[in-house]
Amino acid sequence: MIGNLLAQALSGLASAASLFLVAAGLTVIFGVTRIVNFAHGSLYMLGAYLAYTIVTALPRGPLSFWGGILAAALAVGLIGVLIEVLLLRRIYRAPELFQLLATFGVVLIVQDAALAIWGPQDLLGPRAPGLRGGIEILGSRFPLYDLVLIGIGATVLLLLWLLFHRTRFGILVRAATLDREMVGALGVNQRMLFTGVFFLGAALAGLAGALQLPRESVNLQMDLAIIVEAFVVVVIGGLGSLPGAALAALLIGQMQAFGILIFPKITLVVVFLVMAVVLVLRPYGLLGRPPPPHAAAHAPPAPPLAPLSPTGRRLGWLALGLAMLLPALLGEHALFVLTELAVAILFAATLHFIMGPGGMASFGHAAYFGIGAYAAALLIKHLAAPMEAGLLLAPFAAGLAGLAFGAFCVRLSGVYAAMLTLAFAQIAWSAAFQWVEFTGGDNGILGVWPSAWAADKRLYAWMTLLLCLGGALLLRHAVFAPLGLALRAQRDSPLRAEAIGINTFAVRWVAFSLAAALAGLAGVLLAFSKGSVFPTYLAIPRSVDALLMVLLGGVQTSLGPFLGAIAYTGLHEQLMRLTELWRAALGAVIIALVLFFPGGLAGIRLRRP
Amino acid sequence: MTLLRAEGLQRSFGGVQAVAGVSFEVAAGELFALIGPNGAGKSTCFNLINGQLRPDAGRVLLDGRDITGLPPRRIWRLGVGRTFQITATFGSLTVLENVQAALLSRQRRLFGLWRSVAAEDPAPALALLARVGMAEQAHRPCGVLAYGDLKRVELAIALANAPRLLLMDEPTAGMAPAERLSLMALTARIARESGIAVLFTEHDMDVVFRHADRILVLDRGRPLAEGRPEEVRADPRVRAVYLGEEG
Repeated sequence: MIGNLLAQALSGLASAASLFLVAAGLTVIFGVTRIVNFAHGSLYMLGAYLAYTIVTALPRGPLSFWGGILAAALAVGLIGVLIEVLLLRRIYRAPELFQLLATFGVVLIVQDAALAIWGPQDLLGPRAPGLRGGIEILGSRFPLYDLVLIGIGATVLLLLWLLFHRTRFGILVRAATLDREMVGALGVNQRMLFTGVFFLGAALAGLAGALQLPRESVNLQMDLAIIVEAFVVVVIGGLGSLPGAALAALLIGQMQAFGILIFPKITLVVVFLVMAVVLVLRPYGLLGRPPPPHAAAHAPPAPPLAPLSPTGRRLGWLALGLAMLLPALLGEHALFVLTELAVAILFAATLHFIMGPGGMASFGHAAYFGIGAYAAALLIKHLAAPMEAGLLLAPFAAGLAGLAFGAFCVRLSGVYAAMLTLAFAQIAWSAAFQWVEFTGGDNGILGVWPSAWAADKRLYAWMTLLLCLGGALLLRHAVFAPLGLALRAQRDSPLRAEAIGINTFAVRWVAFSLAAALAGLAGVLLAFSKGSVFPTYLAIPRSVDALLMVLLGGVQTSLGPFLGAIAYTGLHEQLMRLTELWRAALGAVIIALVLFFPGGLAGIRLRRP
Repeated sequence: MTLLRAEGLQRSFGGVQAVAGVSFEVAAGELFALIGPNGAGKSTCFNLINGQLRPDAGRVLLDGRDITGLPPRRIWRLGVGRTFQITATFGSLTVLENVQAALLSRQRRLFGLWRSVAAEDPAPALALLARVGMAEQAHRPCGVLAYGDLKRVELAIALANAPRLLLMDEPTAGMAPAERLSLMALTARIARESGIAVLFTEHDMDVVFRHADRILVLDRGRPLAEGRPEEVRADPRVRAVYLGEEG
């Protein structure tokens, strides 16, 4: 028994060691450059692929194995430098979310590059020479390689500690993490510092990936799988805090190891539960601290929003009128695409409402989309209710979820708030995925069809168009109503808002819940159009889709979500049809947009006075 | 008639006693200046009154009502307007919308979803802007205004709740000397017209001695002298802390 527990604890330590290597790079990069590097998981994946190529090309032996691992890590470090110099260096002054978007573009490009170079099949790397077996510990067998991994994790922690406390470079990194402006003012060459930090962080990610070679097969899903966990570790530890990352990696490693023993059902959710609890109790993570006050003050004020001019309004109504004519003219497939597009517009508009006027970021907006869809589907599955009841219940259920989750999320700001939204979304997703008896798990819920009167595809497309565009216009209208004014006011200056009697928490909370309710409407409309719901309705890719649409369209324009949803859906369809490498093409388009049109599509128009 | 009363305020940060027992009274319609060298405790004292900080000991009474430790937004509802040392306005909103936000908040209508703000009657907001000389710029966003103009907008926002008391933290900081005197002259005129009490901290002695009715001098967290400008100016202890003269 004790042996079992010990083995479990050791296996927790081994995963903590790999998690720490990835998270350490991520947190150091964030601390200094303030870049939320979504591509960090891609660097990890590249580390694994490169190690596979190098190690299998060399003759077998301990020297070539460990040499190959190191070479892969260094190569990934250089790739990191390339990314920093070519891309990130140009966008350090851009808003946080644009940097995130750009690094997401890198994720897409790396995915296709890896697919083109290494192919779609999982690759099995060689075992580490001399470490194939296991050892007996109190009657339980434990893989030798995992012990080595624990040792490497501890060694890297020690080396990083020495680097940060005993070298000039390390002291500069720590100083820049505390106050980047001041370090710049003292005459430190920031370019070299940033590039150096990126090399270090990327090499650590590459090392972590390379070290996985003997443990698991190398595949194309490694990047997103690790990045989410790495973010969780970094956020729990406190952004920019290396000891925090170590502590959080230990915590998460043990929670996963023992979570499986105690509650096999909630393994997927346990890390997010931990993150949610930590962020509610300590808004800046275990060892993090609030950012220096002037970091936020440097953000330029958002451009003013104004209602459309009379001409613009006429054009808008004309476009709406034409849109309403569309279902009459389209064939079955086109009707389906139109329905999806209408849903995308409403979903993007709800996220835009909290991100643009509200100034809050959400990485987990799919939660409300999916909760709306599932509420209706469950009602139909368990109570055989008609579509109308589902359509009514969905926004209500999603709005309630918005009230419940929002109560915690809107208290935080920036990346922390975004990560807490992600945590809640993942908890909702795990419920859909793992609570099989109630939600059908991975098989979803089928038979979610409209009532007889709306069964006609054309009629259903009309109804969807009407409800979605209506919802999106309602939100657009709300931006110019008193609630929208209060929302923009608290975003511009919380201090001033409180000084004129505005309860900034309440304003954010109401706006968040309203957006959640309408996201639920979008979700249920898609569900009835497809006749089914699946856990993917609540999953991260759907949140990312919405984020891309909003950022593509432009966060700080009220037309943004309309343009962004149309452009993203269109781009996605077209690129998928045109090229096998559509992910890379999409990534390149995203990066080009960030570099050349940082105001989004709607911002292009604004640039000309 | 006493409007604001501070009783024995104390507050320390770590081992530093920033405010160590400060009491004073401000009468309705009076301009009351809180001055002192750097580190005297002016800003802390100020933040204890406006609700930004909670005192370790002591009370703040507004018109006899205890407002100690109330959050800023509650204090505002009791008729206290504020301006900040570094102006805080809504940069993406127009000057008019800035004032309208305060007016809507006063009417508790900020959760409205239907009627757009543009459909509101702009007259009350424009009247406030006219009082501070900003009506011509009503439709410009605050983000592009000159600093002196932002100070005027802040004053208009502060007046939107028909306050009984204005709290102004270094109202003329960061302004050119000529602008400073004109802003304070404007403030003094509005205060006298409407019987508003003004409590302000200030570094510029010109401004203080020209416009304050009464002055409280703080030194290292304690009151050093209090009185009318000519009394304070003549006080040798004040001269000592300010000019370094040996008393």
